[in-house]
Amino acid sequence: MTDTTIFGVCAAAAVGLGLYGLITNPQPLRKIVAFNLLGSGVFLLLGVVGRRGAAAGFGNDPVPQALVITGIVVAFSATALAVALLLRLFQTAGSATLRSDAPTSAGINPSGD
Amino acid sequence: MSFALDILTIVAVSAGAFFFLAGTVGLLRFPDTLTRLHALTKADNLGLGLVVLGLLPQAGSLRHGLKLVGIWLLALLAGATVSQLIARAARQSGSAR
Amino acid sequence: MTVATILEMVLAAVVLALGVWTIAARETFAATVGYVAYGLLVPLIWVRLDAVDVALTEAAIGGGLGGVLLLGAAARLRPSEPATAAETPGKIVRLSAAGASVMIAAALAAAVLLLPDPAPTLAPAAVANASATGLANPVTNVLMAFRAMDTMLEKVVLLLAIVGVWSLASDRAWGGRPGPRHQAGPHGVLVFLARLLPPVGIVVGIYILWTGANHPGGAFQGGSILAAMWLLVIMAGLTDTPAVGGRWLRLVLIAGPGVFLIVGLGGLCFGPAFLAYPLPPHAKPLILIIEVAMVSTIAVTLGLLLAGAPERSDQG
Repeated sequence: MTDTTIFGVCAAAAVGLGLYGLITNPQPLRKIVAFNLLGSGVFLLLGVVGRRGAAAGFGNDPVPQALVITGIVVAFSATALAVALLLRLFQTAGSATLRSDAPTSAGINPSGD
Repeated sequence: MSFALDILTIVAVSAGAFFFLAGTVGLLRFPDTLTRLHALTKADNLGLGLVVLGLLPQAGSLRHGLKLVGIWLLALLAGATVSQLIARAARQSGSAR
Repeated sequence: MTVATILEMVLAAVVLALGVWTIAARETFAATVGYVAYGLLVPLIWVRLDAVDVALTEAAIGGGLGGVLLLGAAARLRPSEPATAAETPGKIVRLSAAGASVMIAAALAAAVLLLPDPAPTLAPAAVANASATGLANPVTNVLMAFRAMDTMLEKVVLLLAIVGVWSLASDRAWGGRPGPRHQAGPHGVLVFLARLLPPVGIVVGIYILWTGANHPGGAFQGGSILAAMWLLVIMAGLTDTPAVGGRWLRLVLIAGPGVFLIVGLGGLCFGPAFLAYPLPPHAKPLILIIEVAMVSTIAVTLGLLLAGAPERSDQG
């Protein structure tokens, strides 16, 4: 039972958990948290693939590592944009629901104050 | 000589782990925020300090040893500040008596 | 069954338990705290996988800055909790979602267990071409030389995220300052920390940038530490968030991708291809210049992404 097996199964489970949370949690912020969990699981999978490619004196293949570093930064910026959208939605509509028939403005002026 | 250092490492890290365990038990068993913070600071200061003390003989050079001590000092600083802030917030929100 | 294997199994179990807590916790704030703890334990998995650069990045950006972002949002969204909690989907949706998740997780686990042996790897190619830059850290080589295009375009993605966040400002606050004006007691603990820690943090951040050439580290990790120090000073009220319409701020933001693009075009004009570096003695200073521009852009961009959309007009 090598470390790639243990962490590979852990990463697959994290992906499954994140997907379940993304679908079933009604609160949008928890969907974002579940999405981050899903992303972290995918990065761990890439890390496991890199670990299996250990060669030439390195413990981990450097190319998947670079891809994951790029991915972590991009995932963070996507999360920041999603959170900003959510906060703005809460500010203008008064509620953070994603239902399509919810009122879109809490009776405020159209310049979006 | 290195055998004595290894014994020191094992004893110190085990003692540090014991303090971490005590801090966690306190976190779970104590009734309110202030007492839980009290338990957590034991884990932070004593537990981490003993673990760092135990790892110092295993550090390769003086630089690595200084880095370990620096980590402990930074964790102390952060833990002390955050405990104060949480305690003040708990007192203001009335959850502590 | 060695000690290392037992340690890894315990670590994987704790991480999965935290993941379950994050999904299943009743309150959003508790779930977010669970995610922050998860984000601080996953770097240990990365260290066990021998990917220290990724562990540093995950701890700084995934656990640290991501945790701040989500905790702040959870605190602000607390009034909306009861309304959205009532919209929990019915049993059928939850069962089918659980079924789909289990199938996907099982498929991924099977794929991991059935990966080809011997595993394909690009590590020998990275080593063989390391003489092209003169840097010893292979991940920095890949990021800054072999796949420099990815890194440059990633800077542009960060810029796009900033543009997206800034465009959410209301008309009144357009070009203004993000977030509320923080106040803290001038003799309080937070101000003390914000005066004591940033000098240390700035040194650590610049050191991590510098040492990324030959040891684990780099521009992303150093930049996120610098961003965290800036945010600490803002949260203690010692400085205000910058007005997003400011010219110097925007210059710093485009410095990173801009310098990268200029070096790339230089490679096109004076060399064989876009983003081609000159031979080894001259490659390292060029990469260093790019990294210095990158770290300032990354620090400012991450800090601004965390500050959010402008909410106060510049005069307010």
